[in-house]
Amino acid sequence: MKLVSEFRDPQLAAHLIKAMYRTSRRAVSLMEVCGTHTVAISKNGLRQMIPSPISLLSGPGCPVCVTSNRDLDKAIAVARQPGVILATFGDMMRVPGSYSSLSKERAEGCDVRVVYSTMDALRIAEANPHQKVVFYGVGFETTSPTIAASILEAKKRGITNYLVLSVHKLIPPAMKALLDSPELNLHGFICPGHVSVIIGSRPYQFISEQYHLPCVISGFEPLDILQSILMLVQALETGQAAVHIQYRRGVREEGNPVALRTLDQVFEVGDAEWRGLGLIPESGLKIRRKYRSWDAEEFLDLDVPAPRKAPGCLCGDILRGIKNPFDCPLFGGKCTPESPVGPCMVSSEGTCAAYYRYERYRVQDEDRGRRGEVPQLKPAG
Amino acid sequence: MDRILLAHGNGGKLGYELIKSLFLASFNNPVLAQLDDAARIEIASGHLAISTDCYVVNPPFFPGGDIGKLAICGTVNDLSMRGAKPLYLTVGLIIEEGFPLPDLETITASMATTANEVGVQIVAGDTKVVEKGSADRIFINTAGIGMIPEGINVSGANARPGDKVILSGTIGDHGIAILSCREELAFRTTLESDCAPLNQLVSQILQVCPHLHCLRDPTRGGLATTLNELAIQSQVGMVIEEARIPVREEVQGACEMLGLDPLYLANEGKLVAIVPASETDKVMEAMLTNPWGQNARVIGEVQASPSGMVLLKTEVGSTRILDMLSGELLPRIC
Amino acid sequence: MCLAIPGRVIEIDGDQAEVEIGGIIRRASLALCPPVRVGQYVLLHAGFAIQVVDEEEAQETLRLLQEIGDIGEIS
Repeated sequence: MKLVSEFRDPQLAAHLIKAMYRTSRRAVSLMEVCGTHTVAISKNGLRQMIPSPISLLSGPGCPVCVTSNRDLDKAIAVARQPGVILATFGDMMRVPGSYSSLSKERAEGCDVRVVYSTMDALRIAEANPHQKVVFYGVGFETTSPTIAASILEAKKRGITNYLVLSVHKLIPPAMKALLDSPELNLHGFICPGHVSVIIGSRPYQFISEQYHLPCVISGFEPLDILQSILMLVQALETGQAAVHIQYRRGVREEGNPVALRTLDQVFEVGDAEWRGLGLIPESGLKIRRKYRSWDAEEFLDLDVPAPRKAPGCLCGDILRGIKNPFDCPLFGGKCTPESPVGPCMVSSEGTCAAYYRYERYRVQDEDRGRRGEVPQLKPAG
Repeated sequence: MDRILLAHGNGGKLGYELIKSLFLASFNNPVLAQLDDAARIEIASGHLAISTDCYVVNPPFFPGGDIGKLAICGTVNDLSMRGAKPLYLTVGLIIEEGFPLPDLETITASMATTANEVGVQIVAGDTKVVEKGSADRIFINTAGIGMIPEGINVSGANARPGDKVILSGTIGDHGIAILSCREELAFRTTLESDCAPLNQLVSQILQVCPHLHCLRDPTRGGLATTLNELAIQSQVGMVIEEARIPVREEVQGACEMLGLDPLYLANEGKLVAIVPASETDKVMEAMLTNPWGQNARVIGEVQASPSGMVLLKTEVGSTRILDMLSGELLPRIC
Repeated sequence: MCLAIPGRVIEIDGDQAEVEIGGIIRRASLALCPPVRVGQYVLLHAGFAIQVVDEEEAQETLRLLQEIGDIGEIS
């Protein structure tokens, strides 16, 4: 596939690994903020290819994992309302709220439908005029503009039975919250590629200026991630903290002004509750008053029971990068993809799911970066 | 338009008419024609293979086939995976009240055509009709009997270190063909299901390599799940090279778009063969001459350890575990 | 966090486009996309084109990666 397969070339990957061995001197902790990066790292086995002093921490970048129990319980309450069709991305189906999940509610008979695009939810609304179709608005700056566009389209076409339950969140405020938390000692950020396609590189400047950490905005193919790690290690060895764009084929400094305008037209910034990080001011998106007739919060009396956290679940700490899945007592035993306890195991992008699926048996390759015969295997952690 | 009514399923006249005019006419063979409560068949001595499967594919009509063709191929392929020559099948239908009769006729015709192509006889059957809403249009069960030739003992427990793992063709075709029918995913493709009978391919393989170790058709759960099942059953490890696994561009495109992995998508006309290294060339040559083995590839090999596990050498050059399918396959945006 | 993949624009009508991704075709909205022509590549996310892919930059990145390898050979 053009513009995909070229960025998976094993020769170029080997070049990057050797360059890392030439450059990397000391132990560094780099955080990949985005859940899609976490999956790409585990699925392509990159962790064991790079020099061992470089450790990669997973951040709060999976919109499913950071959704609070309360926001999940709200969606479940909506799905239970008579005459309501809840449309959602597949990612949200199996995440456990305090008491249930959307897939359990569907099994109980609620009309919950998986869609690939919010425009498909709009089509469902048009096809079911006598029912309220509520789209569960989850996702960061990459996805929220598409929901804003769907609300503008609904207004233009006079579709009044389409509503959005917005739990959208913003990445930079979460990164700031991480940097302000004492337990975390980070040396650099691998910044989310597709969020940056929308917001550009400027919103990360505060990290290099105030916190003196280098940031590299990375694509999602193996070569993109490996090159971004190399750029961070080079920046750390030469002591410069700046924001660089590795993913130049997709990200411009100014981002995508068309999308940003659409987003700002429909949404305004407000406080948001993050799993693991708590309440972060100005880190969520609320539908503006002007479009309140498409805001599910206005219409549906959502009596949501008090949220309840699963005992022993460390997802909160894992999301903040201060723990990794092997530190969690439930990991691989009580908590597996078949019987998930926390969202990080349920979400296909969650840190625990990626570690369980691809890395619960870590391939012990003493001389990292040497490719060739298959080394011995040992349960990791 | 004529529709299936509850009366078709209550054992009365309408049901009898349906059996005579549709099933007997389509499946016409002397054994079924007796219309006794059980079929009386004669078999040589030796080992029999027996298999059964249920088919609930949604939608029942999809690019490259329908639930009728699928129901015959599925059981024929399961019998073939033990090296058996499929002989007789039974067919059980559960139909929702109101199901269009022309659709039932089309499905029955597909079953008859596929059975004839394979050379098996449908010798027994049953039809039940249920109230509207208590079944999704149509469900089919098929069971099959086949003769395992003397000296053939193909089983999932026979893999040995040093064996080669051969895949008969591209993966994920059926899975994506079905997903393309889901209107809410709204993508178009000329891709068709790979639904096909593999009995002929298997007999060609067994002719050149009667002592081949394992044969398995990776259906639901995909290639990754099948390889793990074999590794566990044989208590061996496997190392598979991702770059050698054939995937059609349409399947890769759909998987990239929907965030799915071809290694976990359903196939309905593929097999995995595990053969002694010395027999690999002969088996590959036999497969490549068969229409259902044109894209056959050696994708990896069996090793002593890690026992019960499969390792994947990734395209980019690393090695990691290849797990069974866990959880649901849902399109995702992140 | 956000899966988006490059697809080739094969047809445009109004603010909708037909985008080809490795042999499958998906209709996408251009409502969020900067100006784009048929034949160009866009990043497709959840049914929307969210950016036009800069193909020169793509080649430039690959050239840079090759160069890293060449330097490796020398030193």
